[in-house]
Amino acid sequence: MAPQRAWMQASRDGDGAWLVTAGGRWDLEGAGGLSGDVDRVRPDARGAAVRIDLGCLDTLDTVGALLLARLAERLKGEGHTVEVAPIRPEHAPLFEAVRAAAITPPVHHDRPHPILDMLERAGRTTVEALREGVDLLSFLGLMTITFGRILARPSRLRLTSVLFHIEQTGLNALPILGLLSFLIGVVMAFQGADQLRRFGADIYVVNLLGISILRELGILMTAIIVAGRSGSAFTAQIGTMKVNQEVDAISTLGLDPVELLVVPRALALIISLPLLAFYADLMGLFGGAVMSYFVLDISFGQFLRQLQFAVGPGALVVGLVKAPVFALVIAMVGCYEGLKVSGSAESVGRLTTKSVVESIFLVMVLDAVFSVLFSFLGV
Amino acid sequence: MPDQVAVEGRYGAEAPARDVVIRVRGLVTRFGRQVIHEGLDLDVRKGEVLGVVGGSGTGKSVLLKEILGLIRPAAGRIELLGRDTDRLSVAQRVAVQARTGVLFQDGALFSSMTVAENVMVPLKEHTNLPDALIREVARVKIAMTGLPPNAGPKYPSELSGGMRKRAGLARALALDPDILFLDEPTAGLDPIGAAAFDQLIRNLQRSLGLTVCMVTHDLDSLTSICDRIAVLVDKKIRVGTLDELLRDDHPWIHDYFHGPRGRAARHAEA
Repeated sequence: MAPQRAWMQASRDGDGAWLVTAGGRWDLEGAGGLSGDVDRVRPDARGAAVRIDLGCLDTLDTVGALLLARLAERLKGEGHTVEVAPIRPEHAPLFEAVRAAAITPPVHHDRPHPILDMLERAGRTTVEALREGVDLLSFLGLMTITFGRILARPSRLRLTSVLFHIEQTGLNALPILGLLSFLIGVVMAFQGADQLRRFGADIYVVNLLGISILRELGILMTAIIVAGRSGSAFTAQIGTMKVNQEVDAISTLGLDPVELLVVPRALALIISLPLLAFYADLMGLFGGAVMSYFVLDISFGQFLRQLQFAVGPGALVVGLVKAPVFALVIAMVGCYEGLKVSGSAESVGRLTTKSVVESIFLVMVLDAVFSVLFSFLGV
Repeated sequence: MPDQVAVEGRYGAEAPARDVVIRVRGLVTRFGRQVIHEGLDLDVRKGEVLGVVGGSGTGKSVLLKEILGLIRPAAGRIELLGRDTDRLSVAQRVAVQARTGVLFQDGALFSSMTVAENVMVPLKEHTNLPDALIREVARVKIAMTGLPPNAGPKYPSELSGGMRKRAGLARALALDPDILFLDEPTAGLDPIGAAAFDQLIRNLQRSLGLTVCMVTHDLDSLTSICDRIAVLVDKKIRVGTLDELLRDDHPWIHDYFHGPRGRAARHAEA
């Protein structure tokens, strides 16, 4: 026999009391539509005695019990005396449990005014950004002190770890960095040639390539790719160790997490980033030379001669001098965010994203600072 | 339902089919060359609390996942609520899943949602109740699992381990399932919290008429709330009440229940 849908009727019983009878299937499927009907039940006399008859129920689950318990509580609140009887013995414990749970008052959390809320969030974000800046600066100080301690006792440097990270951040980045720099050179040469040909100044493509790649593009490309590849990896590695409490274990074993985890990574990046930048310069120029050969008929010999004439070693130095600074910033942000991971695996993902965004942002800002500085120095 | 008739004809002698909510027959599980279960049989009866125990690596959690359909066994059949889980259409599978609730070890709450939102997920997906009623039901479930009312708007990361378990239980019970699966419900709780959680499961089981199937290592849970105990030994299962298993002379079972911890737990119960 298929159970009936839920039904409910209100009537007067023999003793003049109100009688609400519920029957059928009071569960998720049967009773969901009844919530409106239940709320409309209203005895005609004030303060009348009400009896809720649940003897005809086929099934009862939490939703059904909640609707009925809510009815009982509401009628009680309106000044009626409420009695729930009869109720089948198998339904009684559930009804009582739900009734007890339902009378706990709901928690109201007031929604703030939208504009005030926006202001508050803006303020919170600003304060947080400032605090983050201060923390990053303190972390730089911590790294410097640890560097100094290692300089005093070089035997404490983890050489294997440094070499491992040079391989990871330097050697393994060669293919992708080479390809991207080559393509940048190709694109620059192509676009430059298009413009310069109008003045018959084809050969100056070489000057354009030389100056832009050596001074800016080579190192910037390298820094951005390394921030995306290695900065994020630092955060994820250290963050995972933090979640697994490995970092705490390191501390309790009398070791220094900064010395063990941060310094080798920073040192490795400071060594590998200038090398990578030099390699990116070469590949970029090579890409430009290939394109010049095909589009402008400038032979490799001509290209090299013009390059020698156009840029001195100063341009290369100006580019490469920035590399260790960028390396330090990327490693610092990557490790700092990694150590800030707390609790859940979810925060590893969030802070990894943050680390990449932050380090690319800082690289760009520092690049601008360098430009201003170099123009003052007249380099 | 011709399927069900065939089942009753085949296993009719053991127990009436309508009293068995989970029926596992001839289950074989292999990982590579390693055999975990070999010809495992298990019946879980309606309305009982069954504890599943076994040494590390005997495949307790794997068995649970196979019953839930998260892992496919190499051979054998699993019937959930009278239906062969291998031969369900997508709609039938969803219908069966809506009648089972699972509490994973650390709650497995969705970390991007508040506790109340977590409890509302199954209600929103599987029912067309009005929103206000869904919120109300979620609030009641949270209260029934013994969480304070202000736990609803909190995020899982703001809760303690025990509270996360209660919240996970509230989500598992959201749809008033017939069967509740628990994976080590008391692991990581202090003894008082564990005892309270045991009692909570027992109370909910009584008031909601649940069938509970729990993987556990906690001897206190076994002695205090389990009606029957299933022991995974020799790639098969032996089921019995505590008294029956105490008389079992299999070496592992004997060590398990007669070891110092087993004795202490029974002593505390008596």
